[in-house]
Amino acid sequence: MNDQAETGGQRVRFYQTGTHTVGNRLMDAATRTVQSSIDRSNAITSGHRACQGCGEALGARYALDAAMRAAGGRMVAVNATGCLEVFTTPYPETSWQIAWLHSVFGNAPAVATGVAAAMRATGRTDVRVVAQGGDGGTTDIGFGCLSGMFERNDDVLYICYDNEAYMNTGVQRSSATPAFARTATTPAVGPHPGNVFGTGKNLPRIAMAHEIPYVATASVADLHDLEAKVTRAMAIGGARYIHIMVPCPLGWGSASQDTIKLARLAVESGLFPLFEAEHGDVTAVKTIRHQVPVEAYLRPQKRFAHLFREGHEDHQTLAAIQAMADANIRRYGLLGEGKA
Amino acid sequence: MNDAVKPFAITLDPGSSKLNHTGSWRTERPVYVDKLPPCNNQCPAGENIQGWLFEAESGDYEAAWQILMRDNPMPAVMGRVCYHSCETACNRAKLDEAVSIHAVERFLGDYAIEKGLRPAVSADPSGKRVLVIGAGPSGLSAAYHLTRMGHAVTIREAGPMAGGMMRFGIPKYRLPRAVLDAEIARILDMGVTLELNTKVTDIEAAFAEGFDAIFAAVGAHLAKRIDIPAHAAGRILDAVSLLEQVETGAAPALGRRVIVYGGGNTAMDVARSARRLGAEEAMIVYRRSRKEMPAHEFEAREAEDEGVLIHWLRTIKEIDETRFTVEKMLIDAEGRPQPTGEFETLEADTLILALGQDVDTSFLTRVAGVEIAKDGVVGVDARMMTGRAGLFAGGDMVPAERTVTVGIGHGKKAARHIDAWLRGAAYGASERHPLAEFEGLNTWYYDDAPRSVQAELAMVRRQTSFDEVVEGLTEDTALYEARRCLSCGNCFECDNCFGVCPDNAVIKLGPGNRFRIDYDFCKGCGLCAAECPCGAIQMVPEIG
Repeated sequence: MNDQAETGGQRVRFYQTGTHTVGNRLMDAATRTVQSSIDRSNAITSGHRACQGCGEALGARYALDAAMRAAGGRMVAVNATGCLEVFTTPYPETSWQIAWLHSVFGNAPAVATGVAAAMRATGRTDVRVVAQGGDGGTTDIGFGCLSGMFERNDDVLYICYDNEAYMNTGVQRSSATPAFARTATTPAVGPHPGNVFGTGKNLPRIAMAHEIPYVATASVADLHDLEAKVTRAMAIGGARYIHIMVPCPLGWGSASQDTIKLARLAVESGLFPLFEAEHGDVTAVKTIRHQVPVEAYLRPQKRFAHLFREGHEDHQTLAAIQAMADANIRRYGLLGEGKA
Repeated sequence: MNDAVKPFAITLDPGSSKLNHTGSWRTERPVYVDKLPPCNNQCPAGENIQGWLFEAESGDYEAAWQILMRDNPMPAVMGRVCYHSCETACNRAKLDEAVSIHAVERFLGDYAIEKGLRPAVSADPSGKRVLVIGAGPSGLSAAYHLTRMGHAVTIREAGPMAGGMMRFGIPKYRLPRAVLDAEIARILDMGVTLELNTKVTDIEAAFAEGFDAIFAAVGAHLAKRIDIPAHAAGRILDAVSLLEQVETGAAPALGRRVIVYGGGNTAMDVARSARRLGAEEAMIVYRRSRKEMPAHEFEAREAEDEGVLIHWLRTIKEIDETRFTVEKMLIDAEGRPQPTGEFETLEADTLILALGQDVDTSFLTRVAGVEIAKDGVVGVDARMMTGRAGLFAGGDMVPAERTVTVGIGHGKKAARHIDAWLRGAAYGASERHPLAEFEGLNTWYYDDAPRSVQAELAMVRRQTSFDEVVEGLTEDTALYEARRCLSCGNCFECDNCFGVCPDNAVIKLGPGNRFRIDYDFCKGCGLCAAECPCGAIQMVPEIG
């Protein structure tokens, strides 16, 4: 059945699931994800202490396995303090199956710069450097170091896993916490419950303002897109930044099985736009496949429960959040050519 | 390492987190399941539709066809004449449009004929002999399945050719005879003996001949009549006889204008055949409206496309040679047609009655124990056995919907029970898996893909020849269509569970072997179940 096997490849597109699934027995290897391979690095192995359904454990493995493949396994990862560091390395165990380094909370970009410099100095220019942190370590505590790393265009890919608050210390607000979200430090009480109204620090746009070679946003709900962006970033020299949204069942008050669904709804509502930028300009946008109102994304999360109290739905706030999504849709053209 | 040289707070050697069995956190565990897809659930022939589509998706048409053949010996016929209720049940219909299952089945059937494929048979001869009465869909299906089970089968057919209603009831433009002949020949080639022009009139004599069991499937061939006052009767024919005459090349001249009386599929078939036989006007007169007609909507539409005029809500009250007085009807609250007292006249040269058929049960009246109901059908139990031990019956002669697919299904069901009965055992159907509901799917992962459309013959040729109207799919379109299957409730190895587990607790076993959960590390988050496109993972509570 050799002639049939050929047909079973890509001549007739695999319409059953297209390329939305992780892999597929009928797709050729090139169109499958790194994650579909038995030979993936599994940068973080089993037994780590992340909560059930942790988006960050998933996002970090997605990104690092793709980076490891792109780097041919010659890679060093530097980690800021945060959930990712804590749940993977409770003394004396480690979940890391790659070269991995942790220093303190705020200096991961600087340490990564140092590792890159050391590699260059010792002539090991084939070894690539990735730095990573949560939103706290990136947008708050490590922000100065990160800005410096961008400004010097150091040869580091920095990945931020954004779960929108300080989760492992008890869900305190960060500068990446979205408007109106309830955290331990922004309780849902009083006339203005939850986090202050505002857009927080939009780090992808701040990174773009540094005019570094590559900036991208990615989601654990779109693995193909995420891996393509990591792979592309690894092929570029200089400072690069990828911002990945990783839902947190603990801090968001969501069901553990809804992690990917929520990441998907964030993208499909327009609240979390997926795009790529080069040297400060947006160069590619992932359009919304099935648009949903922001309510579909917010309602399953207990951190937004105060917006949905029975009989006291906060329509004004919902409209304000919807306006943020609509602004993103307009700004990035998320509905495709000529639609807004 | 020597403890003495270790600095403070790192006195333990580093170890892997794999020492930490996080499976102990779990309150629910994911379990792989195989659910019953709605198409399979619906199929009157009990086909494993999702199963053969799975093989067809990879382009292994022979493997797909072999799975099909486990349940249905005539896929090329089935893909053409089955009313495919599977497609009404198809979950994809709720997403965009149902998978064109019948078109893929037809492609596989034609592929097998073209390549000369043979069904895989492995049973040893049982030494038992079974007589099948009637070579229609039921009889042929039973003969096929019984042969596969190792029994020696003889079919006795009263008519001059095998095929039953597939040949004498379904016109060539829906089922080309080369296709029918090829699929019948393939069954006979397995070693089935066919005796044509052999009417069985004495069941007990047949048992005395040495048959261990008998399956009667003589169909329903007696046309129902109706009394219409006629001053001077014009030409009146019945639909079944006419279709049979068309088949044997002995069709009478019908004249310029023809009225067909009835609203079933046979009425549509005979009106369309009349057009092809040269009638300039073919009209259907039916006492109820389109909504109530027993014919399928697409058959009425195809008839109308070909110029057949349907007079809804009319009954024929009087005939005077070529002049027909018809009364207008109204549908009452109960959905029954009621006369209005308003009349019209129609002109026609021939009247063809298509009012349904009865079973000729005369050969069973003397068999002790056989029950024949008032409406002429034969009573059977859950095993399809009549009151006479060893005499089974199926197809149009028992109470059921009268379609080829139901007939083929009866043949299979009867064969299983006959086989069990011959071995002195009872056939135990395997337990039905829970239905794979649409709500259990994660449809995000399925791509938008509109259903492919089968081309149709040019209208001029449809009105003048018996060439097949609906064309088949090309290989590319068949493959495309197979790949639209959602694989409801059955793993198709998309790797989603393997990918989305935050704990690397899903083990990929390689092509064809699916996956396994590593319960040492699975925390029971449920992401694999939530993100499985086809709903083949279920979360079940941990006990204790």
